[in-house]
Amino acid sequence: MTAAAYGPPAPTPPTVVAPPRAVPNRARRWRRNLTFDKISLFVVFLGLPLALYVTFVVSPLIQAVSYSFTDWSGFSPNFKPVGLANYLKILSDDTFVKAMRNNTLLAVIVPLIIIVLSLALATMVTVGGASTGQIRGIRAAGFYRVISFFPYAVPAIITGIMWNLIFDPSSGLVNGVLTRMGFSNFKSFPWLGSVRTAMPTMMFVIVWGFVGFYMVLFIAAIKGIPAEIFEAARIDGAGRLRTAWSITIPLIRENVQTAYIYLGIMAIDAFVYAQALNPQGGPENSTLTMSQELLSTAFQKGQFGVACAMGVVMGLMTLLFAGIVFTINRVTGGKDRITLA
Amino acid sequence: MSATAVSRAKLSVGERSVAVSSHIVLSIWALLVILPLLWTLMTSFKTTSEIFASPFKLPARAALENYSSAWTTAGIGSFFFNTVFVVGSALILVMLLGSMCAYVLARFDFPGNRIVYYMMLGGLMIPIFLAIVPLFFVLQNFGLLNTLPGLVVTYVAFALPFTVFFLYAFFRSLPYEISEAAAIDGANEWRTFFQIMLPMARPGLATVAIMNFLGLWNQFLLPVALNTNHDNYVLSQGLAAFASSAGYDVNFGALFAAVVITVAPVLVVYVIFQRQLQGSVSQGTMK
Repeated sequence: MTAAAYGPPAPTPPTVVAPPRAVPNRARRWRRNLTFDKISLFVVFLGLPLALYVTFVVSPLIQAVSYSFTDWSGFSPNFKPVGLANYLKILSDDTFVKAMRNNTLLAVIVPLIIIVLSLALATMVTVGGASTGQIRGIRAAGFYRVISFFPYAVPAIITGIMWNLIFDPSSGLVNGVLTRMGFSNFKSFPWLGSVRTAMPTMMFVIVWGFVGFYMVLFIAAIKGIPAEIFEAARIDGAGRLRTAWSITIPLIRENVQTAYIYLGIMAIDAFVYAQALNPQGGPENSTLTMSQELLSTAFQKGQFGVACAMGVVMGLMTLLFAGIVFTINRVTGGKDRITLA
Repeated sequence: MSATAVSRAKLSVGERSVAVSSHIVLSIWALLVILPLLWTLMTSFKTTSEIFASPFKLPARAALENYSSAWTTAGIGSFFFNTVFVVGSALILVMLLGSMCAYVLARFDFPGNRIVYYMMLGGLMIPIFLAIVPLFFVLQNFGLLNTLPGLVVTYVAFALPFTVFFLYAFFRSLPYEISEAAAIDGANEWRTFFQIMLPMARPGLATVAIMNFLGLWNQFLLPVALNTNHDNYVLSQGLAAFASSAGYDVNFGALFAAVVITVAPVLVVYVIFQRQLQGSVSQGTMK
């Protein structure tokens, strides 16, 4: 959920370090060592954050799952269990199914485009330089890197509003440029208002907002690869594409996987962009997302049980997406861990 | 130096064409990033009728009234101060609570440690939407719905997993000798944390604080669902509301100005901390 809260994930945090399992005799020693000092530290340091986390994150999550099996309307205290009725209802509701399809489309296409683009740009900046002499990126790499990160510093909602203005049929920049270039049929073309272009336009805006961040992330990862490896590949006669495909990508596989999962979570949500570009769901619901449908079901129609079921469906789709990414990564050879030492 | 000169002189035609095409691709990308931002900035100085006349023409004079009307009439000013209050307090709280929690999890081996850790980790993966409806009623029961403190508490709770997750690894990497030395010198557990460990963790704290700032400043869903009182709006939702209302009374100049007002502080923070941030991203990735 923080992924959703933060747009892109912040720096891929270090790999999961599992805390050591408390062995029995350690636990005993631990109990003996308890002092007032330590107890008070624990009560405050662990108790306070945990109380907050459980109250405002964990308990709502659990409640959501249980409410999804009731006909709760939110404002009356009475509700009764209805089993899977809510789920059957939303899965046979054309609007929600359309929204599911839109989010699936986003989750399939957007992460792929973002990752391919940002990897390509990152490779040019880090190892795309001359193939003689030292391994280096092309000139002015620093400039490109700083500029690329700009969209991430722009709040997502602003990105949406700004592009909404840029794609404006009559006063926007896009149609202005196209008309001036001689494409007069774009004079007042409604990019976000026609069924065929609304979704691709939204995808473009999301890609614009995220490529820079992942580019910076991949640059950092590629810089972590020792230069000797690239030199060895070059001596063995590998060209640029070969190096990228056989050296760079396998070595930053973990980063790519993390990026894919975070982007998938974002695409299954996509609320901010959908809301900024087409608050009503676009022409014939072509950009409607499950998140928009969830909020209007809950807070406008007052069907909280149904809305919770939609939330659970979104959660399950996220898990499914992560599962697919993990599986693909394993099947294509991610299980063979490559160590650099 | 001379080696570089030699290698540059020997650049073959193929080499040069690769370099040129890379520069072309990167320049197109850079333009795609910069032009929309510049166009928005320029348009924010045009009157609404100028905006509709032509998307390219420079403004006849800087229409600064766009900014004043965005700031006052559209209420961007009060949204701005709400945001500063909410994001400021949430940031301080989440950094304090997050580092405390991460410290205990990372440095003490107690029963239940793993459970707490994985519970936090799980919070990173689940979409916020799953929790939003019950959260509404949790806040209502506490009397915190539609209030700024309520928003602060929610921000803190939802920013906690990321903060703990990141700082956990950081606290684990700090040397144990120093905290042991502090204990021998008679510092109690509290003092060890606040005077020894926290200052040592400063680079990690800075990184997480910047990421949290950007994340919370940009937060949109939580305020939209949980903070529906117009006076308490934060910038992101206020601007969304203003953008959808501008369709009717058409003060596009003020809308562009409002966009600039919202983007400017974040871009300034980014430019100031640019090195820190880019370094931190790499720090996070390279372990």
